[in-house]
Amino acid sequence: MGHLSTLGGLGAHVRLDARIPDGPIADKWQNWLDDHRLVGPRQRGDHTVIVVGTGLAGASAAATLAGQGYRVEAFCFQDSARRAHSIAAQGGINATKDYANEGDSVRRLFVDTMKGGDFRAREANVWRLAETSTNIIDQAVAQGVPFNREYGGMLSTRSFGGVLVERTFYCRGQTGQQLLLGAYSALQRQVAEGRARVHNRHELLDVVLVGGQARGIIARNLVTGEIERHAADAVVLATGGYCNVYFLSTNAMGCNVTAAWRAHRRGAAFANPCFTQIHPTSIPQSGEYQSKLTLMSESLRNDGRVWVPRDENEAREPGDIPEAERYYYLEERYPRFGNLVPRDVASRAAKIVCDDGLGVGATGRAVYLDFRDAIAVRGEHSIEERYGNLFEMYERITGESPWRTPMKIYPAPHYSMGGLWVDYELQTTVPGLFAIGEANFSDHGANRLGASAMMQCLADGYFIAPHTVTNFVSGIADQVSTDDPAFDAAERDVRERVERLLGVGGTTPQTVFHRELGEVMLDRCGITRDAEGLRGALDRVREIRDAFWSDLRIEPGDEGINQTLENASRISDFLELAELMCRDALVREESCGCHLREEHQTHEGEAVRDDKGFANVQVWEWKGEGQEPGFATEDLRFDHIEPVTRSYK
Amino acid sequence: MRIKLNIWRQDDTASEGGFEHHEVEIDGDASFLEMLDVLNDRLTAEGKRSIAFDHDCREGICGSCSLVISGTPHGPRQVTSCQIYMRDFSDGEEITVEPFRSTAFPVLRDLIVDRSALDRVIEAGGYISVNAGPKPEPNSMPIHPETQEAAMDAAICIGCGACVAACPNGSGMLFTGAKVTHLNLLPQGEPERNHRARAMVRQHDDEGFGACTNTGECQVVCPQGISIKVIGELNREYRSAMIHKLRERGGPLEAQ
Repeated sequence: MGHLSTLGGLGAHVRLDARIPDGPIADKWQNWLDDHRLVGPRQRGDHTVIVVGTGLAGASAAATLAGQGYRVEAFCFQDSARRAHSIAAQGGINATKDYANEGDSVRRLFVDTMKGGDFRAREANVWRLAETSTNIIDQAVAQGVPFNREYGGMLSTRSFGGVLVERTFYCRGQTGQQLLLGAYSALQRQVAEGRARVHNRHELLDVVLVGGQARGIIARNLVTGEIERHAADAVVLATGGYCNVYFLSTNAMGCNVTAAWRAHRRGAAFANPCFTQIHPTSIPQSGEYQSKLTLMSESLRNDGRVWVPRDENEAREPGDIPEAERYYYLEERYPRFGNLVPRDVASRAAKIVCDDGLGVGATGRAVYLDFRDAIAVRGEHSIEERYGNLFEMYERITGESPWRTPMKIYPAPHYSMGGLWVDYELQTTVPGLFAIGEANFSDHGANRLGASAMMQCLADGYFIAPHTVTNFVSGIADQVSTDDPAFDAAERDVRERVERLLGVGGTTPQTVFHRELGEVMLDRCGITRDAEGLRGALDRVREIRDAFWSDLRIEPGDEGINQTLENASRISDFLELAELMCRDALVREESCGCHLREEHQTHEGEAVRDDKGFANVQVWEWKGEGQEPGFATEDLRFDHIEPVTRSYK
Repeated sequence: MRIKLNIWRQDDTASEGGFEHHEVEIDGDASFLEMLDVLNDRLTAEGKRSIAFDHDCREGICGSCSLVISGTPHGPRQVTSCQIYMRDFSDGEEITVEPFRSTAFPVLRDLIVDRSALDRVIEAGGYISVNAGPKPEPNSMPIHPETQEAAMDAAICIGCGACVAACPNGSGMLFTGAKVTHLNLLPQGEPERNHRARAMVRQHDDEGFGACTNTGECQVVCPQGISIKVIGELNREYRSAMIHKLRERGGPLEAQ
């Protein structure tokens, strides 16, 4: 029984039924597994599944589906499946093993994730995620992922992101790399077995619907420029998040919304687009030429103290500023959690002190993260052991040594909780089109907890999607040919869009529009938002989009490698997504998680959530270029946890 | 600062390439790739073809970026190309920029090469054959932290291919050795260790990578600091795998 939408506004064909199985929450997933339709081992090879994206979610799903016996066609825009941006995840991955004997449990991880998401996630999905977490560790260890170990040879765990138990497993500071290489290796093994093919340097430019179902994709070969057709029985999008809408973010340069957005344009509803996490500890911007922001691991806040000078005209070097004239604003405002408050709270606090003119560095958009006291108390050796590589990385990028002077940090867009709407089976509103990992909206509500992104990607890819895709393809009996008129039409649309980009004939390179878009979005739809700013942003985004389509200049030629075309094509989708993000933020007249509406806060500047009006998922439907999008909500129910106000005071 | 650049330009694998000269005015705090971004925006605005280069995470971990900077893969600092900053050079310096050159890495355009040979080496055996599904409790098989650390030292390879570009023989043995070392050190990797060593070396050779002659250039440029010791490990594993095969067959060692 699902939670049906209560407001109109979506097309009649769009079902917003989450299809959550019956039974007690702890039994739902098992009940679903017990009842789902199977495909016999000898029939699986008759079914083709397309998996787009080869990060943690995509590679694990592709490897698992192929391992089950399906024919898998995997696509990635990078030159190898191993390079997806999951590789850069540092901290770790949560699992409720309770190795530390703290009484940790599935329920506790469920509670932490629901609370962390500020009660804007779906209970049943989150429970399943917590339940599946332990299997992921077992799976990864069996693959040879070298998690850190204790002297006795047991797996190490640590506390991460402010939670009160040690449930985070890690491989030094390169957990994402090791987990991704595990999934990538599993996928390459399936390639060797002949069950999977990896189409590298390919970009999805459209999803093809036949009879209302997703039956293929149109992809561009980024080396030859060829537009290719690929048919399948189901399509899985594992295409990551869209924080590059902000231009400067911690995402890789190639991260994009194109696959999700083109699917949206074909009928897949988009949920909570305004929910984007701004990570508090990134290296600040240093100049106009800057192309990306580098994240410093959140673990630094375990020992570093965050402060700014109390005097806005402070001119002294940080080391010369006496204790009394330093404003340790997190410790003062949040005495219980101090420097370890959740990401959204820390980011907001940094913005506020910088808005008040207390920010440091050349741009005034930075705060100090100081290790002076930690070095004095713990000794250089202990700090070197914990953070040596991070200090080195910081010095490499900034030219300043954190041993001598405090680090400068500032929040940076990092993760998008919003994404394609999916039901319990991770299926979008387009039958046969699945969305997993960061590309969907489902598990993190309005804010994601540390060390839970990788957990969700691998839960989706190894343990959930392979079963729900099986359930779906069991009902597919016909084969679709790429000669189907639906492929003709989709390919025509793709070619038109490529030609349109090449034919603008203006004077301005694509990056200029992207940078402008990013500035507007970070300022108006970033760490804090208000109605007036959002309305202004809607106008600005449309202006930038119009300018893009009238003054863009990229290099000619759709044959061979054309990186300006790839880039401009992705930006054209960000320019459409940005508008939807602002609309979504405008409609949500409350503050929750990452989404702080200036109009909805206490006198002390704390978020005011409105559970009566907004305990829901905001869902949007594409109605065509220049058309008002359709809108509806999926109401969220909290039967297993009482929504409380987050307080870190 | 002002930088003089000699950049390799090549339309595609079949065409002949050559150097093109450019000058760029850039802040010392910009990264090397950001300097190329600035140059590319200028070229695009002037209606010229931009310089194609691989890059993605720009944090030194994805392994996409692959420039030979003034003769050294990834440039002077033993970090990835994306972690090179303009302050590493002096004002007015002349810098050459080339792709990672090797028989096994055909140039696709300008500074982009095809490194899919590395994927095929992994395909040959760079994995432990387990499917997703219920697995044993990991703590039922304790692994000494020193073993885990040694495996991790090899597992951190980012697959960029700088080792190949630096090697006078175009050998991919550091890459191959890193994966074999990672997996063969661990008890989970034990059942397939002999097959893995044989199959990966065979694929390595078939891809056109050369043999190792211990010049050690690879470990000097490796941005992850992977030691040439992994090649020693690889040789040892390969030797014992071949002996194993010989014993299994009870006859003379065949040419692979």
